[in-house]
Amino acid sequence: MMTSIDFLSWVRGPVFIMATAIFVFGISLRLLEIVSLRRKPDYSAPRGSRMVGGMRTLFSRSMYDKSTFQRSAFTIVAGYIFHLGLFIVTFLSVPHILLFRELFGFDWFGLPTILIDAVTVITLLAMLVLLIHRLKNPVRRFLSTFENYVVWTVTFLPLLTGYMAYHHSVFPYPLMLGLHILSVEILMVVFPFTQLMHTFTLFMARWHTGANAGHRGIQV
Amino acid sequence: MSKPQSIAERLSNQGFNRRDFLKFCGITATVMGLPPAVIPQIANALEKTPRQSVIWLSFQECTGCTASLTRAHAPTLERLIFDHISLDIHHTLQAASGEAAEQIRKQAMKDNQGNYLLIVEGSIPIGNPGYSTIAGMSNKDMLMEVAKDAKAIIAVGTCAAYGGIPHAYPNPTGAVSVEELITNKPIVNIPGCPPIPVAIAGVIAHTVTFGTLPELDSLKRPVTFFGQNIHDRCYRRPFYDKGLFAESFDDEGAKKGWCLYKLGCKGPVTSNTCATEKWNAGVSFPIESGHGCLGCSEPNFWDAGSFYKALSVPTGDFAQTAGYALAAGAAVGVATGLLNKKKKGDAAKNHETVTINDLDRKQQ
Ligand code: HEM
Ligand code: SF4
Repeated sequence: MMTSIDFLSWVRGPVFIMATAIFVFGISLRLLEIVSLRRKPDYSAPRGSRMVGGMRTLFSRSMYDKSTFQRSAFTIVAGYIFHLGLFIVTFLSVPHILLFRELFGFDWFGLPTILIDAVTVITLLAMLVLLIHRLKNPVRRFLSTFENYVVWTVTFLPLLTGYMAYHHSVFPYPLMLGLHILSVEILMVVFPFTQLMHTFTLFMARWHTGANAGHRGIQV
Repeated sequence: MSKPQSIAERLSNQGFNRRDFLKFCGITATVMGLPPAVIPQIANALEKTPRQSVIWLSFQECTGCTASLTRAHAPTLERLIFDHISLDIHHTLQAASGEAAEQIRKQAMKDNQGNYLLIVEGSIPIGNPGYSTIAGMSNKDMLMEVAKDAKAIIAVGTCAAYGGIPHAYPNPTGAVSVEELITNKPIVNIPGCPPIPVAIAGVIAHTVTFGTLPELDSLKRPVTFFGQNIHDRCYRRPFYDKGLFAESFDDEGAKKGWCLYKLGCKGPVTSNTCATEKWNAGVSFPIESGHGCLGCSEPNFWDAGSFYKALSVPTGDFAQTAGYALAAGAAVGVATGLLNKKKKGDAAKNHETVTINDLDRKQQ
């Protein structure tokens, strides 16, 4: 009989190893696939710095532009909240930092659980609201693919199960924690092969655009 | 055998008055999580009931469970209970040995057929019957024989309840728990390495008083004692919530009594009553003396990763795996990248120019 402790040991042990292998392999593969394609060299005389342009765009594109904001303020605000929340919960909660410490050998400042808990609730709500928004608007719904929903689900589940584990809801803690870790493992496996890769490619693309502009001396 | 005395009779023989007796019943009720209204019922039952016959078998064990029970100093509930059951056989504590001991066991089984409580301490090796024997009899055979006519079985300690340390990987003796061998008898598991004495006493008191077993959870543990999570009852919990952790066993945080999560505390996944009942007559419990919980009352706690690794840290060497995966991914990535580049080159080479006339022609 598999008890919840056995289940927890299983997801903390062999399953995590497998998920890590797929996650890291997949990301490494996808990124190098893109990088190794290489661009044609640009022989034109530089009118500005690629580096400065690239770095500037990395940040400047994170600012909304006025007319877009007027058209879809809601998506932008909720989207920002949810991405920021996801970042805070994943990288600033102490149990999670311990995991990164194991991997990288160093750690950083974590937030009190109570704050993490509040951010979790806000993030969950932002994600829910965005889903409803997507479903209610006929155009958005038409444009949504199956993958959009898969990606939403695998991102939502770790947040939900983490919250449930902390609050001991539905299942006893060991089982809920096991489910939380399993949900993260699912996310890790799906990540490299879906649009979740935008986490990385977004910045590559921005940098590239900015660097090109920088090279040509375009002020953005 | 002498004429069976009731618990009340024995108490009065020992100079306890009725007040003491009722107090004892009150403690029993509290420990079992019952309302004060049932105290008279407990008193009544104990006054009338002859001493419950108990047979205690010790298999692959370290005697820690017995030690835990017998070390209570003051006349605690555990002591009272143990004075007032008829512990007909206890492998470790009895004076008799050899044939004589076997004789007593057989006699007790006969006198109380279908009525005695069987307490098992230790796991049962089924790899080879010779791994652990008593009077030339394998543990398994003895368990089967005694269990047959028992009213109920109490598996005391993590070994009897889940296999415990003998069962830890690679389980050289093929150790199993009581419930893996016996499926046709009521079984109560009181896990712990060792278990809290009052839990054992409480279950016995409940059985004697009500003639039934207490309410059990899915792991056959009495809910009264195992319904709580250490982390939820831990006095260091406010520090966990505030994010204040000891980073080592002797840093400032440790001295200030901060949470031991980072040092590998398994309190969050452990159900037991240590944080409230505590040990050594309520003196303290492991977390209070500065060491994280090991989760000793949970199944397979020995194989659940290092005691000093935080719960959120995976148990395997995932950093190394990540390294290999990174290299492998990079190699395949570059290879496909080059292939794609070649494809692009070939496509460019074989490119046929399409003029507006060609398109026109196709449309017609
Ligand atoms: C994308 C990755 C992850 C997300 C989004 C996530 C999300 C969360 C959330 C929302 C909470 C609850 C916070 C609260 O309400 O107080 C939480 C707690 C927790 N998570 Fe994660 N998590 C992730 C990865 C992981 C991983 C990989 C592990 C371990 C292998 C892990 C272990 C834990 C633990 C131990 C807790 C503490 C629960 C408690 O305080 O009782 N998480 N996580
Ligand atoms: S010391 Fe252990 S049980 Fe206590 S709050 Fe910290 S993690 Fe929880």
